[in-house]
Amino acid sequence: MLGVIRQSLGCGALASSVKILGRGVERVIPIASAAGRNYSSVTKEMTVRDALNSALDEEMAADPKVFLMGEEVGEYQGAYKISRGLLDKYGPERVRDTPITEAGFTGIGVGAAYYGLRPVVEFMTFNFSLQAIDHIINSAAKSNYMSSGQISVPIVFRGPNGAAAGVGAQHSHCFSAWYASCPGLKVLSPYSSEDARGLLKAAIRDPDPVVFLENELLYGESFPVSEDVLDSNFCLPIGKAKIERKGKDITITSFSKMVGYALQAAEILSKDGINAEVINLRSIRPLDRETITASVRKTNRLITVEEGFPQHGVGSEICAVVVEECFEYLDAPVERIAGADVPMPYAQNLERIALPQVEDIVRAAKRACYRSVPLAASA
Amino acid sequence: MALICHSRSIAARLLPQALSALPVIGRRNAPKSQASLGNEPGRRLASARAGESVSPLSDECRNQVLDFPGGKLMFSPDMRFLSGSTGERLSEKVAVKMYRDMITLQVMDTIFFEAQRQGRISFYLTSTGEEAINIASAAALSNEDVIFPQYREPGVLLWRGFTLQEFANQCFGNRSDYGKGRQMPIHYGSRKFNYFTVSSPIATQLPQAVGAAYSLKMDKKNACAGDFHAALNFAAVMEAPVIFFCRNNGDGVVTRGQAYGIRSIRVDGNDALAVYSAVHMAREMAALTYRVGHHSTSDDSTKYRLVDEIEHWRSSRDPISRYRLWLERNGWWCDDAESELRSSVRKELLQAIQVAEREQKPALGELFSDVYDIIPSNLREQEQFLRHTVKKHPGDYPHNVPA
Repeated sequence: MLGVIRQSLGCGALASSVKILGRGVERVIPIASAAGRNYSSVTKEMTVRDALNSALDEEMAADPKVFLMGEEVGEYQGAYKISRGLLDKYGPERVRDTPITEAGFTGIGVGAAYYGLRPVVEFMTFNFSLQAIDHIINSAAKSNYMSSGQISVPIVFRGPNGAAAGVGAQHSHCFSAWYASCPGLKVLSPYSSEDARGLLKAAIRDPDPVVFLENELLYGESFPVSEDVLDSNFCLPIGKAKIERKGKDITITSFSKMVGYALQAAEILSKDGINAEVINLRSIRPLDRETITASVRKTNRLITVEEGFPQHGVGSEICAVVVEECFEYLDAPVERIAGADVPMPYAQNLERIALPQVEDIVRAAKRACYRSVPLAASA
Repeated sequence: MALICHSRSIAARLLPQALSALPVIGRRNAPKSQASLGNEPGRRLASARAGESVSPLSDECRNQVLDFPGGKLMFSPDMRFLSGSTGERLSEKVAVKMYRDMITLQVMDTIFFEAQRQGRISFYLTSTGEEAINIASAAALSNEDVIFPQYREPGVLLWRGFTLQEFANQCFGNRSDYGKGRQMPIHYGSRKFNYFTVSSPIATQLPQAVGAAYSLKMDKKNACAGDFHAALNFAAVMEAPVIFFCRNNGDGVVTRGQAYGIRSIRVDGNDALAVYSAVHMAREMAALTYRVGHHSTSDDSTKYRLVDEIEHWRSSRDPISRYRLWLERNGWWCDDAESELRSSVRKELLQAIQVAEREQKPALGELFSDVYDIIPSNLREQEQFLRHTVKKHPGDYPHNVPA
């Protein structure tokens, strides 16, 4: 029998995203939830890639107006195989390979959304979305407002965001802060397979333009998913964060790949008697301020973690929100963990130092708890 | 239904511009009283390309040449490269409406421009010199054709029935503005008239029109509806039902659709009848015209072009006077009608401006609505906070913003 640590989750669902010894676990167990409903569940494993693929598949099946476009999404089955099998299933009218012109095909997607289709525009990486950023910001984000509600833009822009492994400065930029600063857009960033499925489905169904920031290194990672998650009606609410790990000593906010790091840091901290609460933001805009501030009121300490650059980053916004809304609850200054304020270097050792590591999170948490810790970069 | 996308190409004149063998559709109909042939306007157009001979204009039908800041192009009275078209005959009713709307547009531009100079509106952008393109193209389309305008096509809205009061409301950003006071003047939009709200960045509407046309095609509607190269490429490959209406008004570069396998026609944009005929059949065309006015109220175009050049185009090439001659020859117009129309439009406009100016501004709540489909909690909180503050310190806020 496998001994497993189960974390209870706020919404009563069963999926556990804690990874033990680097591997997910599979088991069958009947569960009675706190709300009194009885349902049994089989937790199976699913990669983030499959989660995204199945979400796209189901939404395209459910609504003929949904179509996918981007470089290599069709014949090549997707640059990262996210759209595997979709061309065969839905045909070239609904899975469109585009030429290498982000400005062109993003404009076309926006125009199609203007007139009633629901495009999903894939960027091979969000670094390339800069070529199309005028369409995203000036057309998609602002049209509903500028036209006083006459032109809605139900479009999803998705693709890998942030650092990968050894791809250099122009392929590693994190755009969460960029897009999250723009009113009119919604910005989501999933971590687990459950997040990926639920948030992508919500994004496609949403009438507003959504920027969906995935992570290349997470595509291959497996997470346990419950029956609920596998249901084709499964959908996560936009604007709600998830408390991945309940704690009482310090709040750690994170999103995307950094959630995994924060959870690992929390494990290490628990051995030192620090019980950390890890929040998976899921939604960068709108930011779930209620969950964050409620957590800070409980723990009185906060560190924010992100991969992107520190200045004007997501952590800066969270810090400001906390200061505005629950300053008197803070027992220690808020600390931001972010990537180094340099364009991403290529060399492996430099890249490692340029990104937050688990040790950085552990040390920051200890500082917030007044444990004296040397301020050293990880070697 | 068709999807019409307007664009003004923006690349600098420095781009090499070979004269193509494509003749220009149009007729020579310059008002004789204003002819200035003796001054050899060709020579005065300093913008002619290097290496091309600049010869004076000829009166001969076959040798007629359109001397245009972008180059010299031969006229042709036949649309021989469009199959199966003999040209559309204009009825008196449509022809006169076209003229009335061209005049209305001209008067509207003059008065709103003055209003901006008087500080009553913050910004304006005229279509002076391009009235034929605006009205004639609108006339050749049906009201169901979806328009993706750039920003110099209010004439299309005028043709379809947008009233002077509605134009004024948008320019003054008052409570009756359909845009709820969100946009600068001249950024009109109307779902009712199938006219997508004007958006300032240039050429963005090219790929967007193709996307919308694709959507129309997927709907199987009998419709037709930067970035430029991708847009045309996509349109050709997707077989999207779009008409690209490219205005080359002398300050940009002629765009070529033929290279993308899109049937193209080049038309003299200052000839209302030619525009009408061409739009009636075209899949894509480049209309040559001249922008007489400044780019906008923020511009002084004498800084980048000769005053003489502007004058020449305003007088002998004016699309309105050319068209008027044709109307009068048909016995459909006269001087009395002209003065009556001009004075009544002017009166109606001044009245509309007064009403628009006095009208209340949009309500405070409109600041926060339509950012998203459903107003999010943070905006609702901000709105409450704002209302509370305004109530507490009314003296700090303008009186004409209703709650």
